[in-house]
Amino acid sequence: MSVVPSARRAFASEFWRGARRGIPIIVASAPFGVLFGALAVQNGFTVGEAVMMSATVFAGASQMVGIELFGKAIPAWMIVLSVFAVNFRHVLYSASFGRRTSHWTGWQRALGFFFLADPQYAETERKAEAGETIGFAWYLGIGLPMYLFWVVDAWLGALFGRLIPDTHALGLDFLLPIYFVGLLMGFRKRPLWLPVVIASGAAAMVAHAFVGSPWHVSIGALAGVVLAAAMPVGDEARKTYAESGDRAGGR
Amino acid sequence: MSEIGWIVLAAAAMTYLTRAGGHLVLSRFRRIHPRVEAGLNAVPAAVFTTLVAPAAMNATPAEALALVVAALLGLRGGMFPVFLGGGLVLIAGRYLLG
Repeated sequence: MSVVPSARRAFASEFWRGARRGIPIIVASAPFGVLFGALAVQNGFTVGEAVMMSATVFAGASQMVGIELFGKAIPAWMIVLSVFAVNFRHVLYSASFGRRTSHWTGWQRALGFFFLADPQYAETERKAEAGETIGFAWYLGIGLPMYLFWVVDAWLGALFGRLIPDTHALGLDFLLPIYFVGLLMGFRKRPLWLPVVIASGAAAMVAHAFVGSPWHVSIGALAGVVLAAAMPVGDEARKTYAESGDRAGGR
Repeated sequence: MSEIGWIVLAAAAMTYLTRAGGHLVLSRFRRIHPRVEAGLNAVPAAVFTTLVAPAAMNATPAEALALVVAALLGLRGGMFPVFLGGGLVLIAGRYLLG
């Protein structure tokens, strides 16, 4: 009857709509979350430290790179820099995410950034592309359950890592590439999709061969983005930009 | 706290910085240049390609087949078919092709 319960119901239903979109993500990331926990312990982490890394960093690829480097006598700042290199793509996500969530409060956005991993970014872009507003409840629905599972995955892996079944025969080690291909195809209607894929793919492969992982991610991503930015600007975009300048008082 | 603990916290701070940083830089500008806009719109295609590229480059025949099937299923949309189809082809392929 009153306003509050119905607002709460709306929040809950939005949250569950997001959570349902998040189920494939939880499935795809689970093997890696568990593997991370197992490898972390093998590389000298305590169970608590492994769980803490998943709970505070929440970025799979960079966590893997991080524990990989711990095993070797590599200075701490190099490890942190490598994590930064793997995660540099998030700078691009962040810039775009800000455009999609300009109606959020500052605190909501500050929390949202914490959950801004690859799948959350992809789902947000896809929803925005469909012309829908990105609700805070929906975003929490897609971010929070995956986060909780990610932390539990690390804990299970750290505790029971030695019991992991044959991930190769079950195909679990290759779930993420399959998942990323599916995400990639979802954006194929965007302008310049194919040229960007070709440019980024070629640059990433060359960088992977000559510079090495993890730098191929940043180098490959920048190649595609620079290509798209360098293309001639359409008349319509130019006009919109000029008009927005007039409104803002010009400069 | 242990050295590992401190490094983990530094890595976490670095990661958050990348996730907040792009917006913090961009929001200083009153309007977004069309070239920046075009670049941002290309981010999903660019990044997800680079995440797949090494796996595609080093793929065994079974893995390559699974990626192709996943891509074709991705044309129709929906992540569950992508997963099921790609995963089943991968398991069968590894079993049959080694």
